Amino acid sequence: MTFANSPQANQVSPSLQPKGWLRYLSFSLDHKVIGLQYLVCGFLFYLIGGALASAIRIELSSPISDFLARDVYNQVLTLHGTIMIFLWIVPVVNGAFGNYLIPFYVGARDMAFPRLNAVAFWLIPPAGLMLISSYFITGAAESGWTAYPPLSITTPAAGQIIWILSVLLLGGSSIFGGINFIATILKLRRPGLKLMQLPMYCWAMLGTSILVVLSTPVLAGTLILLSFDIVAHTGFFNPTLGGNVIVYQHLFWFYSHPAVYIMVLPAFGLVSEILPVHCRKPLFGYATMVYSIMAIVVLGLMVWAHHMFTSGTPPWMRLFFTIATSFIAVPTGIKFFNWVATLWGGRISLNSAVLFSCGFIVNFVLGGITGVALAQVPFDVHVHDTYFVVAHFHYIVYGGSVFVIFSSIYHWYPKFTGKMLNEHLGRFHFVLTFIGFNLCFAPQHWLGLNGMPRRVAEYDPQFAFVNQLSSVGALIMAISTLPFLWNVIQSAFNGDVAGDNPWQGLTPEWLTSSPPPVENWQGEAPLVTEPYGYGITNEELAVEPSINDDIQIPQDK
Amino acid sequence: MTTITPLDETNKVQVSKDQEHEDHRLFGLVAFLVADGMTFAGFFAAYLTFKSVNPLLPDAVYELELPLPTLNTVLLLVSSATFHRASKALKISDSKECQRWLMITAGLGLAFLISQMFEYFTLPFGLTDNLYASTFYALTGFHGLHVTLGAFMILIVWWQARSPGGRITSENQFPLEAAELYWHFVDGIWVILFIILYLL
Ligand code: HEM
Ligand SMILES: [Cu+2]
Repeated sequence: MTFANSPQANQVSPSLQPKGWLRYLSFSLDHKVIGLQYLVCGFLFYLIGGALASAIRIELSSPISDFLARDVYNQVLTLHGTIMIFLWIVPVVNGAFGNYLIPFYVGARDMAFPRLNAVAFWLIPPAGLMLISSYFITGAAESGWTAYPPLSITTPAAGQIIWILSVLLLGGSSIFGGINFIATILKLRRPGLKLMQLPMYCWAMLGTSILVVLSTPVLAGTLILLSFDIVAHTGFFNPTLGGNVIVYQHLFWFYSHPAVYIMVLPAFGLVSEILPVHCRKPLFGYATMVYSIMAIVVLGLMVWAHHMFTSGTPPWMRLFFTIATSFIAVPTGIKFFNWVATLWGGRISLNSAVLFSCGFIVNFVLGGITGVALAQVPFDVHVHDTYFVVAHFHYIVYGGSVFVIFSSIYHWYPKFTGKMLNEHLGRFHFVLTFIGFNLCFAPQHWLGLNGMPRRVAEYDPQFAFVNQLSSVGALIMAISTLPFLWNVIQSAFNGDVAGDNPWQGLTPEWLTSSPPPVENWQGEAPLVTEPYGYGITNEELAVEPSINDDIQIPQDK
Repeated sequence: MTTITPLDETNKVQVSKDQEHEDHRLFGLVAFLVADGMTFAGFFAAYLTFKSVNPLLPDAVYELELPLPTLNTVLLLVSSATFHRASKALKISDSKECQRWLMITAGLGLAFLISQMFEYFTLPFGLTDNLYASTFYALTGFHGLHVTLGAFMILIVWWQARSPGGRITSENQFPLEAAELYWHFVDGIWVILFIILYLL
């Protein structure tokens, strides 16, 4: 076993391992290599998941099932959801940026358990390939990403079992990653660095990892029971054998509500890193941000049954979960206002990274508002399992997390590669994504409110026009990927040289070369106790707020 | 006043300092056991919910006897104590004594597994007979898997603790400590399982 910071981890292993780009295909122990492996691998799966989404939208541009047969539609829908959640967003906001940034932020030379880290990554490609190949070999699972029984017990078994196996592998990967992040953040901090001096992303990852470690195992156990129902014909969740489907739903959502925070908390952290750098102001309300994250972690574990208001939940349960869910809006709102206050009066440079972060803020608040609406039972019983829910969570997972992933790529690409991305292409990418996204998902609120059910290939012809509108939005989103792809590929070769610190950032990853050396710093790790000291303690980096001075600038404390 | 320690060429790479880096593997193991415990927690929650809201279908059989599981509980509790003796022996570098106690622990684990098997074969219900039966087998089976894994770990540790030539010494206690922690965890889970499945 190699330890972080031990000379073996940094000196012996790399020389035994391939050099150049080949090391990205190897069992590398370097957290930066692993981070980029997660990122590129996740993005490839995103392209596949996106192709599936396009197929869904093509099918839905007409009310009948013509482009995809019904059972194929179900498989495509299941694969789309599973890939986007378990192979794109979760691995990228956690694994990719977490691995790349967290060791820098805590002042370490690697993660606490480099070997476990590499194992966690290498579980992902086989799991993903297994899942996708099931479509060609046995037919993929058809019961949606939630795999609710009895549907998952009665649909063809082979695809469902492969689905379960691959989600188990991905869950294992996620748990290993979570353990590693907790140990790195709590145990590997550079001497002299206090917890409350850590960049916000560390707190976000600490909270997320706690959720991962507490809730993912429950999903794993549940899926094992489900596989028994499918293979051995036990009756845990099979009502005809005396089993109980509601227990599955409770156990599933005990993981999968926290899972939505596993997708979005790290994104909160990333935005909190990006905004201060580009508006040259300290992150507003550092301490309240930390407490909000921890409040979300605690509350996030107690609200799962808001997904089950129509599952015959007793009134006391409805009441409890409505109230608990509504409470989550408080810490979430605090974070939202803190970002706005960070922007307020700053000298904002509206580059691609900031545009995507601002896009995130706008989309996320819309998704948050529909979320609070959905938490109210009288409203939810009308729109549950309609397109309203689809619109809600896409505003959060796409408008939120995916926007932040793009923002982060624009922000950290210079560090990853030493080259700048093309700004014009970046802004073009943003405009296309923002318009496409809103055109695709805003109309779905209307569809849901008018009663169009989700997860079916056919629908009432009165919904045809709005669905076509939504499909046009999806088309624009698909096209928006092209300038991005072109940008990241050609900038790697022809981009302007970035230098070590193109944005004049203060967080530790900017205080080393781009790309950083294997051991992260030439000398000792720098001690950064004020990662957001823009314009306050640091004279050189101080800037005058650009907005006229008669506007009151909120000051932290 | 700036609070960044600047990168300084005179700051040579401090390899020697890094080598004094502490060992965080036990911390990692504890985090893993928390995760593992949550899997059991999910199973227990499912079992308790089934028991309270799902009546058995007519003519389903679900009866448990107490003597054998009580013996099992004693076996595991004693094995926790014997493992502790092994690690105490290691601390004073008495590897013969350590190995002896490890063997006893592994033997107790094996006795537990045999007696559990015996119970399986004498029970009046099978895996798919009814809901409670399935949950019973899932829970005890999952736990039995943990015991099996732990027994193998003990055998590996036993082999590594030989002297001379073994890797585990009073200077390098980690593998033994890890196996011990895991074993206590598995015992603790059994006690909860015993209470929930057999006593409630
Ligand atoms: C203010 C915070 C939020 C509240 C109050 C909220 C509330 C809800 C409620 C009540 C539902 C169930 C609707 C139904 O099925 O009838 C729901 C569904 C969903 N939410 Fe949220 N939500 C919030 C934030 C989020 C976040 C941050 C994410 C993801 C990053 C998210 C992702 C989802 C997903 C994926 C579903 C649908 C799951 C499915 O049935 O497939 N939500 N939300
Ligand atoms: Cu939820």
